[in-house]
Parts: sequence; structure tokens; C-alpha cells
Amino acid sequence: MGAVSLVDVSKQFDLHVGAEVHRIQALKRINLSVSDGEIMVLIGPSGCGKTTALRIAMGLERASRGKVIVGGREVEGCDFDRGLVFQHAELLPWLTALQNVMFGLEMKGMRGAELRDTALRYLDLVGLKDSANRRPHQLSGGMKQRVGIARALAIDPKVLMMDEPFGALDAQTRESLQGELLDVQQRTGKTILFVTHDLDEAVLLADRVVVMRKGEIQEIITCDLPRPRGDLAAIRGSAEFAAMRYRIWKALHGAQATTH
Amino acid sequence: MSETRVEMVDQIMTLPDEQNEADKPARRAPMPSWVITTASVIIFLLLWEFLGKDVNPMFGSYPSAIAVAGWDLARSGQLGSALLESLQPFVIGYLIAVLIGIPLGLVVGRFRVLEAALGIFVTGGYAMPLVALVPLLVPWLGLGFAVKVAVIFLMSVFPIAINTWLGVKVVPKSLIEVGRAFVASDSVILRRIILPATLPYIMAGLRLALGRAVVAMVIAEFFTAISGLGGIIINAANSFDTATMFVPIVLLMVMATALNSLVGYIERKVAPWQTEISARD
Repeated sequence: MGAVSLVDVSKQFDLHVGAEVHRIQALKRINLSVSDGEIMVLIGPSGCGKTTALRIAMGLERASRGKVIVGGREVEGCDFDRGLVFQHAELLPWLTALQNVMFGLEMKGMRGAELRDTALRYLDLVGLKDSANRRPHQLSGGMKQRVGIARALAIDPKVLMMDEPFGALDAQTRESLQGELLDVQQRTGKTILFVTHDLDEAVLLADRVVVMRKGEIQEIITCDLPRPRGDLAAIRGSAEFAAMRYRIWKALHGAQATTH
Repeated sequence: MSETRVEMVDQIMTLPDEQNEADKPARRAPMPSWVITTASVIIFLLLWEFLGKDVNPMFGSYPSAIAVAGWDLARSGQLGSALLESLQPFVIGYLIAVLIGIPLGLVVGRFRVLEAALGIFVTGGYAMPLVALVPLLVPWLGLGFAVKVAVIFLMSVFPIAINTWLGVKVVPKSLIEVGRAFVASDSVILRRIILPATLPYIMAGLRLALGRAVVAMVIAEFFTAISGLGGIIINAANSFDTATMFVPIVLLMVMATALNSLVGYIERKVAPWQTEISARD
């Protein structure tokens, strides 16, 4: 049994368009299991259900049927065993970077000097110790997302859930954050469930890539580029990278081609 | 590894604003807002002065006559004691409205059942023709201090509650999900996420309520025991002393404007991020 599993998970909801009601089948009997210490990437076109799958695993949405298992027990709702990194960081704008990281820790019941020290340690982990007292609007997009990562890591979850966390960033910032994420994962050994629509990102980060399409799993591809992946530039230029990228591209493309 | 990271952070840390300031060509300093406002008020007073002088003094007045009447009222001590008399129920009624209106708006906006049960009273209460109801309050609360506080409270609590309620409704779902993702209880989400996110709306409500509280104060002084600034207005009107009648009116408008600035000042103190985020020109 992995760190997080979705067992036979389906999700449907009603979309009201004027007087009509469309029943949307967002997920159809999804089964996936993220192993301990693994980075699993969900990829697919918009509307394929990858974010819904992550939100159900996180506990922000309920499955219409099926169950979510974390650390061997069935869960409902959010808990400290899972930490979420939001698509647009979603820092609380009235709190400083440090206070944002402290927020999750406070919710977990931490108080006093330990609270501040722990938050600072995680800010340091993402390279933002010097910006601890800035408010979110005084941070760049990349810095905000680092605080978001620190906030999620600080509560020491079993699994880190990341919902297209680098999608809104410019290419250079995205690349450096990808490198840092791999670095942090190497050091902390965290299990990560990562949603993206970026093919390169999937290949660079993933141990396994789940290609999704119309609420179903199209294919699960093991991405066996060597770890640790310290030199991302070299990996990007490697033949293995190109081959893996092409393989996933075909899986994605095949998904689209069959619709014609 | 760590060295390259520090370098990269340094680059990102240069805020876009700082860069822009340096790149921009020098331009003429824009005229400060207070200068524009002062000029606007002076022009208004001058126009009023020249146009108002031709009007029969029973039906209108003009700034210099009002200033003279104001000086007389102030020197006799009447104005000061009337102001003090008016301010006491005003401050207490308004504060009670703040203390009840904000929590009321928060829970009505947050909890569906309370919204369904109480929302209709808040919306209805906002449109309540209080002037007509003041005579009904008198048998219950008398003609004195209590009824004035009640009238001021009833006029100002609803705009505060409605604005707070609306503010809660537009808090981004994602911010509430931050609370849920970190296992915050409903009351923690309300206090630590919804309340600060709603502050700009609450402040707008406080400003609207300020104007209504001033009106309520005068209404109360008209319809209960005649007293305070409202009392001066009604007594002067009854003796056709229009210039004197204008003194408390102008004073109230000045007071409301000053209090409005005070709320703005408090807003910048309690929600400094808001002014920094919001659009500047």
C-alpha cells in the first residue's frame, strides 16, 4: 500500500447552464497509488480531471464514490498528513511570509519559540530567510510560491500535494523552482503528488507520470531518469529525456488523436 | 548549490516598482490632492457667498453671515455645549452599532442557515423609515439619552452589517480553502481568514454608517427632547434665523468629513496591506 491511494474514485457534479443541467463526469473509477518517497505527476489537457483527482486526494472535495487511503487508513477531509501547495500560492495577504508559514503550524497546535524557529527553518529551506518579514505583495511570483511550499512542508505532511504550482511563473523562475523542489524532495524524502500540464516539467520531476484523459487514466508511465537529478540542464539535453518526453507526448497526443 | 541560490534570490528580490522608478524620466510633481480639495472648497464658498447675498435672508444664507452667527454661538458657549450634548449619544450609539453590526454581518455571510433566517431582517432594516418609527420608540425608551442612542444605533447598524455580509460573500474561495487545507476550524476560518479579508468592506460600511449616524442624531434631537445641535437647528428655524440654523449643519458636515478621514486613517493602520495592494495612479 502506498502513501496515498485513490481506490475506485468517481466524481460527478451537475453544471447548471441556464435552465439545463449537465451532468459532468469528472472522474471515472480512478485507481492510483503513490508510493512512499515517490514523485507522481498527473498530466493531461484541461478538463481531464487531474486537478479534481488531486483535490479529492487532498480532502478538499469528496468523491462521489470510492475512497482515499492515506498511510493505510481511509480518510475524509483534510488533515496534517497532507500538505497542499496551491496553484497561485494563495498566501494570506495580511500576513508576512514568516506568519504565512507559521499559520499552518499554529493550526497544528505549535506555539511559542518553537513555532517561530520552525517557520524560519522552512523559509530558509526555500531560500527566503531574508524576506521573512515581507508581505505577499512585496514578493515576486516565484518567491510567493516558495513561501507556499514552505508553508505546506512545515506541517511535516506525509504527502505534499501540488496543484500546477509553477504554471503561472515565467520560464526561468519555473526552472529554478523545479530544481529546488527536486533538491528539497531529495533532502526530506517527501512523497509528492504533482499536477501539471507541462510535459517537460512532468519528465523532469516524475518517478511516474499518470496521463489522464476525460476523467480516466490513459496510461501510467515510469520515468526512469536517474536520481538525484542535480543538473537539470544536462538532463534536458540528454537523449533519455527526449525519449521519455516523446513517449509521454505520444500518450497525450494519442489521447487527443482518438477524439477525431 | 547554496551560493547559486542566494544569487538567484537576490535578482528576484529587486521589486518591479524600484526598477520602474529609476527608469522613468523625471516628470513634474503632480498637484497634491489636498490642494485640489482646498481650492474646490474655496471656489464653492465664493460662489455661495456672491450668489447667496441676493437671497432673502429668511430663505437662504451665505458663508460670511453663517460665520458671524457661528462666532456668536461659539462665544456664548451654546455651540460647545450643544456639540458635547450631541456627541455623547452619537459615539455610544455608533460604537454599539459597530460592535453588533460587524459580527452580525460576518455570521450572516458565512452561515447559510443564519443568512436565510436573519438576512431578510438586515436588508429590510436597512430600508426601515426610522423617522416614522421614532415616536414609537419614545414610550419604550423615554425622551432622553437612551432613545437617542437607540435611533443612532438603528440607523447605523444595518449599513455596517450589510457591507460586512457582502464582503464575506466575495472572499475568494481559495483563501477559505487555505484554512481548510490546514485543518482550521470554522471559527478560526472566520476570525483569521474571513475577517481580515473582509476588512475593506467593513471599513466602507463604517464610513456609510457614519453619515447615517449624523443624520440619525439630528432626527433624534428633533423628535425627542429637543437638545444638542439639532436643537439649535430647530430653534433657529422656528425664529427664522437662517444663518444660525446653518451653523450646526455646516459643523455636522465638517465633523462627518473629519470622522471619515479618521476611519480612513484607522483603515491604513489595521489593514496596511490593502492600501499597498490597491490601485495607485
